[in-house]
Parts: sequence; structure tokens; C-alpha cells
Amino acid sequence: MTENNHVLTPVLTKRWLSPNSWTRHTYEQLEGYSALPKALKAHPDQLIELVKASGLRGRGGAGFPTGLKWSFIPQNDGKPHYLVINADEGEPGTCKDIPLMMADPHSLIEGCIITSYAIRANFCAIYVRGEVLHCIRRLNAAVQEAYAAGYLGKNILGTGFDLDLVIHAGAGAYICGEETALLDSLEGRRGQPRLKPPFPATAGLYASPTVVNNVETIASVPYIVNGGSDWFRAMGREKSPGPKIFSLSGHVEKPGQYEAPMGVTLRELLDMAGGMKDGIPLKFWTPGGSSTPMFTAEHLDVPLDFEGCAQAGSMLGTTALQIFNETVSVPWAVMKWTEFYKHESCGKCTPCREGTFWLTQILQRMVRGEGSPSDIETLLDICDNILGRSFCALGDGATSPITSAIKYFKHEFLELCQQNAAAQPELAGASS
Amino acid sequence: MTTTQPEQSTVDISIFGDDIVEKAQQIIARYPVARSALLPMLHLVQSVEGHVSQAGIAFCAAQLDLTTAEVSAVATFYTMYKRRPCGEHLVSVCTNTLCAALGGDAIYAKLREQLGSDGKPLGHEETAGAPGTPGSITLEHAECLAACDLGPVLQVNYEFYDNQTPESASELVEKLRNGEKPAPTRGAPLTDFKQAELQLAGFFEGRDPADNAGPSASIETVRGAKLAQERGWTAPSMPDDAPLPALPEKK
Repeated sequence: MTENNHVLTPVLTKRWLSPNSWTRHTYEQLEGYSALPKALKAHPDQLIELVKASGLRGRGGAGFPTGLKWSFIPQNDGKPHYLVINADEGEPGTCKDIPLMMADPHSLIEGCIITSYAIRANFCAIYVRGEVLHCIRRLNAAVQEAYAAGYLGKNILGTGFDLDLVIHAGAGAYICGEETALLDSLEGRRGQPRLKPPFPATAGLYASPTVVNNVETIASVPYIVNGGSDWFRAMGREKSPGPKIFSLSGHVEKPGQYEAPMGVTLRELLDMAGGMKDGIPLKFWTPGGSSTPMFTAEHLDVPLDFEGCAQAGSMLGTTALQIFNETVSVPWAVMKWTEFYKHESCGKCTPCREGTFWLTQILQRMVRGEGSPSDIETLLDICDNILGRSFCALGDGATSPITSAIKYFKHEFLELCQQNAAAQPELAGASS
Repeated sequence: MTTTQPEQSTVDISIFGDDIVEKAQQIIARYPVARSALLPMLHLVQSVEGHVSQAGIAFCAAQLDLTTAEVSAVATFYTMYKRRPCGEHLVSVCTNTLCAALGGDAIYAKLREQLGSDGKPLGHEETAGAPGTPGSITLEHAECLAACDLGPVLQVNYEFYDNQTPESASELVEKLRNGEKPAPTRGAPLTDFKQAELQLAGFFEGRDPADNAGPSASIETVRGAKLAQERGWTAPSMPDDAPLPALPEKK
């Protein structure tokens, strides 16, 4: 909660209502690029300390402490350093970074410049998923404006700091949201994850020290530079401080983007969003995309921060709250998500490549009404063989909807099986 | 292994003229290492031919000193590189769970029916009409398009059409077939698939500056910001001059 008990605390979203919010002109009129001169006057290590002190944690889903990640970059190692922004937003339900970049691209660019200075990088790439052309267009225009104003290029603001920034369009592969797959993709290869260690901090892009951060994380940096760590910590909770964009979608009256302090609950957010659509009760929801185990109406008061979600058996993920009412079949929803993971599995490791294929077949069969109760055991067994045994988190994520659905809604799977048994009366003598 | 030299391609790549070579070189110049140019370059060749052909692969290989096998391995990995010629427009319907539950599946089924022929619905990545000709449309179902608060969504040439219904989508597609270009909900005035691909390769020169304008955000996007404004809710105010931490002592 904030000191003033305001349920919504627009920071990242505060310019979105302004006319031509995507232009440098509007950005600068509303305090934009005011953190940059302050940051460039400081020692880079002071900025790393500041972000550590703020408690900022990665907004891409994993929640790793951002300042700590920056501090892992070896200094005076004689190698070039790189900053790569993960703007490959594709986790089902997630829709926060695209609107941010579309409405306020300069906030991300200012964050990129400050971060690059802090980690001593002179090249930064923003890897945006390819399917969002208007967002890419806005980013490109903003980068050009930033070059023209001397915020990018050689000798930025006369400080001697150089930075080139490129907008890189992906080509339609969810796996590239995984940071090492993203780096391979940015190097012009198939987007497949790398073995870790080495971590990107020591061997990232072109085998050089690299920080990979999410859009919302880096867009938060200019505000932290201007406001300080105490200001940032005045919002949210001790271990998960700061404001966060919560994306409400699905069966709610007013879906949309709501920026609130970490630790807000779905009950509070639903209240903002006018409640459930047409008053039809809530059945299940994801706290942060389809890869986070689903919640039910019992979880309306779970604090939506990293600790709160974990304690309740899920993950905060990308704060993509997909909300489904009682009309939606859980096995059907899970089948659709599993089809997604099967399509997006990169094929590198066997548990994920084969497992998602089998899971899809079984779920499709069950939804067709041709399943049996033993299929539930088979699903859980396959999930057990994928979770923790896959090369990257895509495999783990693929099991989340299934295991959580069976945990809370096993009866729905069994009902599908009963339909099957009822539809196929045992033939006389068939068992003899 | 007898040689590490890139193979000499026998594929005719003359469709890629000097202007495209120039653009390919400009892409390479953006990166510290040339190979990073491959993904944008595949978008570039797709902007010429409406798909990634063997010639397109050979062209990229020649520009980057790679083998065609290396380029093919990349081109076949990514969904957005099309292996068969596309229509004037690419229509992508989100059928991931949330959009599907809100009507995305019904939209896709409707468009398959509408664009099919001889009683056979159009399949995924199939084209109605002769590819490349005016009014031709390639249809696909897409995974989550990161616009869930606006679902069900579809895209034409990667521009967003939000809050669709089977009826509105059907009407949109009919207009596209008739040569009209209805404006996206969020995005620039509609062009065609090839021009969209050129922009994805990073070339915006010669485009109308007004392209960049247009609706910044939908009602949904700014709902939280607007509600906060109405209720006078703000983040705590920032101190005038927040100090930076002292330099950590060297160990």
C-alpha cells in the first residue's frame, strides 16, 4: 500500500493520457529526459547501488533483483558490454509492454541509456516481437528523435558517453522471450535456449557480458533515478516494491491496464474494473500469464507480488490477469494453452518437444469426450517428466495450467470421461 | 569437411536488385556482428517476394557469407517467415485461450468459411485468390498477440483490429477483397503485407509521417490511468532532489 492509500498509482502509465504521448516533445514536457543528465553526472556504480537499494525486481516474470543483475557484469574486463531489452511479449495474457512502448517509447529509451551507462555498454538492442508493427514504428521514430536530440550516438550530452541503440524485430517465436534463446535469435540463429552457466552476465550477446532486462523494468529506471529508492519503496511491499502494470483481460466489465503498487489483490482490481462481466461469477484466473498456475475465486485476496503469489502456490509472472467466468470449460482452456506450448516448443530438448505433443493429444481426446480417468494420471505423469527436466522454463510453464487445473477442477476432467463412458455402452460379452 | 567456404549458389537471385543489396548492407551496418542482420534481412526478402523463397535464402546467404543450409535453418524456425507466396494481405486471428473464449475461434471459423472455395474452408496459411494479386488474402490462426484486454483481436499485416466479432471480421475481410483498406483500431493506415515486411526490416523512409500518429491507445489501454485521474489517485510525490547513494567502497 502506498502512504496515501491510493489504489492506483500511475507512474509508468501517467503520460498515456497526454496527446501525442509517444513524441519527444510530450515526453520532455512531462519531465522526460530529466533523469538522464542526473544519471550521467553520477558514477555508474552509484546507479547500480541506487537500483539495488530501490529493490526493483525484474518485471518480465522471474522477479530477479535488477541491481544485482547489473552488478554481475564484470568491469575492466576489456570486453564490450551489451544491454538487450526483452520486448518479445508473448506470454498468453500478457499485454503490458506493447502498450507501454506504443504510448511512451521514450521512457524505455531513457531507461536504456541510463542502464547502458551503468553497466558500461555502448550498444543496446530492443528485441521486439515482430507482430506488433505499430509499436516497432513508434520505437523507431522515438530512437530517431533521441539521436537527433543528442541522447543517443556519440558523446551524449557532452559527457563522452557513446551509445548506439537498434530496434530489432523478431519473427514470431514465443521461445525468444527466454533470455538466452533471445540472444541466439539476436545473433541471427534459431531461437533456442542456451545451457546456463555461463549466464548472460559473463557470456551473453556475442559471448560478451550482457544484461537482458524486460521493458517495464528498464522503463522504471528513470523514475527511480529522479525519485530515489525511498520514493520507489513507498509503493508496494518490502520484498516486492514499486508500482506495476496489471493487465486485466477476459470476462470483466472493463478490461484494461491498471497500474497499482505490488501487493494489490484481484478483489481490489476487479473493483476498479467494474466487476465480472454481466455478473457471471469468476471460475478461474491466471495471476501472470498461462505459465503461472491458475487461481480460483478462493484466491481473490492473495497479495499480487512475488511472495504473495508463491505462498499461494503460483507465481506473479507478468501480472497478466486472465479472468474466466463459469461458462468456460477448464479442460478446454487447458487444451488450448497446451496446443500453444506444443506449437512454441523449440524442439531442442526431448521432455518438452515430445511431452507437449503427448499432452496435447491426450487433452484433445478428453475434450472430444473420448478420455478415461487414467488419462488424468497420464497427464500428471508426463507433467512430472517435463517439470524440472526441460532445458528452459517453457517446459515448466507448459505443465502449470495442467497440474493446477487438475488440482482445482479434477471433477471437470472426470465429467468429460463420464460422458465418454455413457456414450459407449459396454457391448454384451465384450469383456468375456 | 573439405571446405569451409560458403557454397556458390546456383539459384537465380536477380530479383533482388541493387536497391535491395543496398538495404541489406544497411541492415548489416546496424550491428556489431553481421550475422545479427539475418532476421531483419529475411523480412527484407519477404518484402520483395511476399514469402521467403529459395532465392531469398540464397540472397541472405550471399550477403552474410553463410551457407543456404544455415539460412534455411533459421528461416524455417520462425512463424513469420512464410514458405509459400502470401496474399496482398495477411489476416491473423488470435485463437489462443483468452481470445478464443471471447469469440476468436468463432471468428477464425467464420473467415475460413468465407474465404474457402468449393465448400472447403480455407486452411491455416492458405491464400484466397492468386497470391500477390489485389484482394488476395492469406489467413492464419495466431498465438497470443499481446492485446488481451482488447480481445478478441485480429491483425491485418500486423496492424491491430481490436474487439472483433465474427460479423465485424467478416465485413473487414470482404472490404479487403474489394480493394478497400479499412483503418486499423491502433496502427497506421493499412498498406499491404509486403510493405509491412519492409518496415519490419527497419525501413520507414518515404512513409507518411502521419503513420506514426493515429490512436496511441484504446479506451482499455488507458482505463487505469483515467480512473486514477478521475479519483485524484497518484503515486507518492517525488522529493525535489533525491540523492544518489555513495560510491560503494572498493573491496
